[in-house]
Amino acid sequence: MTTVFDMPVSILGLQILIGLQNGAFYAILSLGLAVIFGMLNVINFTHGAQYMLGAFLAYVLLQYAGIGYWWALILVPICLGLFGIVIERAFLRQLYDLDHLYGLLLTFGLVLIIEGLMVETFGASGLPYAKPELLDGTERLPLAGLTGNERDVMILPIYRMWVIVISIVVCLAVWYAIEKTRLGSYLRAATENPSLVRAFGINVPLMITLTYGFGVALAGFAGVLAAGLQAVTPHMGSNLIIIVFAVVVIGGMGSIMGSILTGFALGLVEAVAKIAYPEASNIVIFVIMILVLLVRPAGLFGREA
Amino acid sequence: MVDSPMHVAAHVRQRVSGKQVAIGLLVLAVFAVLPFVVYPVFLMKAMCFAIFACAFNLLLGFTGLLSFGHAAFFGAASYVSAHALRVWGVSAELAILSGMIVACLLGLAFGAIAIRRQGIYFAMITLALAQMIFVLALQMPFTGGEDGIQGVPRNPLFGVIDISDNLTLYYVVLVIFFLGLFAVHRTVHSPFGQVLRAIRESEPRAKSLGYETDRYKLVAFVISATLAGLAGGTKALVMQVASLTDVQWQMSGEVVLMTLLGGMGTVFGPAVGAALIVTLQNFLSGFGSLVTIITGAIFVVCVLMFRRGIVGEIQARLKTK
Repeated sequence: MTTVFDMPVSILGLQILIGLQNGAFYAILSLGLAVIFGMLNVINFTHGAQYMLGAFLAYVLLQYAGIGYWWALILVPICLGLFGIVIERAFLRQLYDLDHLYGLLLTFGLVLIIEGLMVETFGASGLPYAKPELLDGTERLPLAGLTGNERDVMILPIYRMWVIVISIVVCLAVWYAIEKTRLGSYLRAATENPSLVRAFGINVPLMITLTYGFGVALAGFAGVLAAGLQAVTPHMGSNLIIIVFAVVVIGGMGSIMGSILTGFALGLVEAVAKIAYPEASNIVIFVIMILVLLVRPAGLFGREA
Repeated sequence: MVDSPMHVAAHVRQRVSGKQVAIGLLVLAVFAVLPFVVYPVFLMKAMCFAIFACAFNLLLGFTGLLSFGHAAFFGAASYVSAHALRVWGVSAELAILSGMIVACLLGLAFGAIAIRRQGIYFAMITLALAQMIFVLALQMPFTGGEDGIQGVPRNPLFGVIDISDNLTLYYVVLVIFFLGLFAVHRTVHSPFGQVLRAIRESEPRAKSLGYETDRYKLVAFVISATLAGLAGGTKALVMQVASLTDVQWQMSGEVVLMTLLGGMGTVFGPAVGAALIVTLQNFLSGFGSLVTIITGAIFVVCVLMFRRGIVGEIQARLKTK
């Protein structure tokens, strides 16, 4: 077998694939955070909890209503989007005139409530979610053409590839909607100067509400994708969201495409770290964050305020 | 006017009225008697968190910086002090001191990185940096991974005073508690503290007045981290354990809540908040995740309706009368 870093090429390829798949989650979640931050000036700490709720909702739909994965991919984001709208109207709305930090604190409080309730209801241990048969299993990819060795065969888990592909599609769709459509141009304008856009007769408060709902729906969508990969637990969101915060700091929240690219790139970097120096793989993103802050405090794609 | 010692003395005498002395003595008396009424370990735990919250408030309340990573300093000091007591076998005060030194250095490093961004980013950066410490605490050999460092001995204070008895230790922690609070009080009511408040009100204005705000913010961050280290080290001595709970993000959130509940921007409010939260946790400890839910609910209520906090609210009421 051909090896790089004492590791067979096929395993290496798998690590890279897993890295891209992690990057897909970073991308979707940081995209949601960036969209919400742009409109509301709130860092949505609840994002991780909403992602977790998405996974649980997919589980509950399958377990108790027999509604499968494909429907969950559509229904869960809608439900969570509505949930987000309720949160925005009931809580976040009251804080817009205050320091932005209160939004962070409020959403942090909501995380504790939601996670606590989920532990109380489902327990802290993981629940299994059966992914659809179509996405189960693996594909064999011979690498002989690349390395000249017949024994180099890469095993590709179909579900992981599906996550990467659908995430890219969703991210690009969001990018297109915000950067290239009329609605998106309203959104960008309202981010820049809400009172002026309001003067043009556009209902900005409604847009804010819908934006938050949309950001939460993205988190829910990511949650459904995650349900097929790992055990569904109440704490699956909180550890992930802190890494996503670091991703957001690295990328800067100024650009949609920036968030997407940073997300995928950092997933890859993490994979490379896992191959070259496994002990450091858990902190590599934080280290990169420190380096970026030292060299370019505004983030790779950010604008200095 | 020349500030002769006599002038200063007269000045001080003027400031401390008889009423204040009486209140001070009363507070001392209450704290002296308290361990005979309430379980001393519980009181000591509350005092440790009170130091932690007051140190944190130096940043949030008086400088306007929301650090979401103070668990890193508290936890790192807790681990280092526990290690010093158990493995190095040093005396209690040296163990706490080594915890403080580590927290101070960590604060210097984190502060230097985090103050490069403001507001919401500052919070996210401190959170991410603290998470890095959490991951390290999970992986490094000396921290004991999931188990933490357990069975930490209470080595004699200064090598001679036996503090294995809870009641004796209580009075030691009481002294540490007053020292910690005094340090915060002195910092806040110093010219340095005035500059911090100016930064909180408007950083550009403080800058235009010629203050190098970044330097002031960094020093405030380091003082806050060091005092958080004092709290963490003392906690390891009292509870005889250092664990992942001390460095986890929930701990960073808890100290925010204590400060918010007690009243940010008041010197002693966070201590009140800390006492309340520790009491709450004590009462609800048997009910699983109920304590998390209620903590979260208090958080939401505080943010939405009770932003001045308990002591802040009392002060505001007294002023309007």
